[in-house]
Amino acid sequence: MSVALTLEGVHTHIGRYHILQGVDLDAPAGLTTMLLGRNGAGKTTTLRTIMGLWRASKGRIALGATPLQNLVASDVARLGVGYAPETMALFSDLSVKENLMLGARARPLDDARLAWIFGFFPVLKKFWLSRAGVLSGGQKQMLSIARAIVEPRELLLIDEPTKGLSPAIVGALIACLNEIKATGVTILMVEQNFRVAREVGDEVCIMDNGRIVHRGGMAELAVDDTLQNRLLGLSLDAHQ
Amino acid sequence: MSALGASQALPRRRPELLPALTPLLVALAAAPFIGSFSTFVTLTAAGLAMGMMIFTMASGLTLVFGMMDVLNFGHGAFIALGAYVATLVFAPLATWSSADSFSLNLAVFILAAIAASLVCGAFGWVFERLIVKPVYGQHLKQILATIGGAIIAEQLLYAVFGPAQIPLNVPKTFEGSFVFGEAAIEKYRVLAMLVGLAVFLSEMLILNRTKIGLLIRAGVENREMVEALGYRVDRLFVAVFMAGSALAGLGGAMMALYRGQVHASMGGEFLVLCFIVIIIGGLGSVGGSFVASILVALIANYAGFLAPKLALVSNILAMVAVLLWRPRGLYPVSRR
Repeated sequence: MSVALTLEGVHTHIGRYHILQGVDLDAPAGLTTMLLGRNGAGKTTTLRTIMGLWRASKGRIALGATPLQNLVASDVARLGVGYAPETMALFSDLSVKENLMLGARARPLDDARLAWIFGFFPVLKKFWLSRAGVLSGGQKQMLSIARAIVEPRELLLIDEPTKGLSPAIVGALIACLNEIKATGVTILMVEQNFRVAREVGDEVCIMDNGRIVHRGGMAELAVDDTLQNRLLGLSLDAHQ
Repeated sequence: MSALGASQALPRRRPELLPALTPLLVALAAAPFIGSFSTFVTLTAAGLAMGMMIFTMASGLTLVFGMMDVLNFGHGAFIALGAYVATLVFAPLATWSSADSFSLNLAVFILAAIAASLVCGAFGWVFERLIVKPVYGQHLKQILATIGGAIIAEQLLYAVFGPAQIPLNVPKTFEGSFVFGEAAIEKYRVLAMLVGLAVFLSEMLILNRTKIGLLIRAGVENREMVEALGYRVDRLFVAVFMAGSALAGLGGAMMALYRGQVHASMGGEFLVLCFIVIIIGGLGSVGGSFVASILVALIANYAGFLAPKLALVSNILAMVAVLLWRPRGLYPVSRR
């Protein structure tokens, strides 16, 4: 299976802090790779470094054969990388429509694509002309995901998408992510919700102290309580 | 499903009207104290004209401050430069300016306005590349670098144009006043109002009806995310800085014509006013700056008439009052 995204020995410094300390990661093309780990392990920093929002101080990042480590965020995005950050980073003063218009950089909003998105998140249709700032936390999260997928992407970087969502919406999100995956998009996703990780993830990388400490299949991790305890400090069953 | 179709049955954003009505409320409150209706009309018209000129100078600063997070204390240099460029246009075209011809008079004014905007926009590009770009994200250094740049620019203007004030008269058509009963409204003030209104409407049109405007509004809120969506924010920044400098130059040229003289220190004089306006309006908000400009100018005019000693501090008092009411300005932008 071909590799869509490769990280080799990636280091990132933020100020005087050495956050990523040699991250090695492969995200197979067309699959969803979950990035798990305790708080402060470096998961968000990994996504931001791939996106070019923080510059890697050392190491190699490649999308297919294209090196990313020296590119700024706009150039990374233009290569087909979508990003839904943990903070959602919506434009609160702009409407839902305008947020999505900005997500569709290369072309006008596509009606068929919008209908597909509204199928998962009908609330975005309801609040189409409302300011993003007045949406609830869950609605903002949906808009953030929708903005990342409003154009077809080669790679999606998604940071804790289920944070603050009700179980019903999480269900819609899982369906949405699985449909996106079915279109051949590669996804690298940070997630704290193990149910979501198990249902969406194909591969898993576990981070600790700025390094990848485990790589393997999500299904194997989901059934291995000992491994979960050792790597994450809790078992999936206990978590649920 | 059509995006347009989806929008038809959906809720619209309700604009907040009270902040926009503050100039009107101030005028209504001042009217009984002024007493004479004709004096009130004259003071109000003068305030509106002054407000439009202040807005023209300040709107560029609010965009630069709001979007680029740059404290540009060099903005005043472009106001002075615009005024000097206007003198360079008016000098060789003095016969047009003094002719009994509306079209020639208007032509020289338009040429001066265009020249001031273009030259200041071009110098804005140089200023951004040389002085502002190295200090992005470092507010203290921005203050030091842009103040330094402003001092250098002011001294260069003295070196090139000399220390004496240069007279600059409005074209003949715009001399004198329109008289309505006992109220007199200077013709040039009407022109200033029209130009300021045109600038405001153009800016609102660009900001609200174009993709560039959408990007600028988004960039004011979260420039990092704009970049993460694939837009080259650095180029947008340069364009916004150039536009802001061009507007400062246009405002400087108009203000110089209004005052009838040009001197290199006029930029610093109006810079303080520009900062007051953009703080009252809400940092990064063009609409807020428009309302704030009119508010500040009206208050200054009314105070100058009713309590001349208070006029010196009226702007500061207006800012304190507005910030006590709305700590983030009349129309705050979400991020700030």
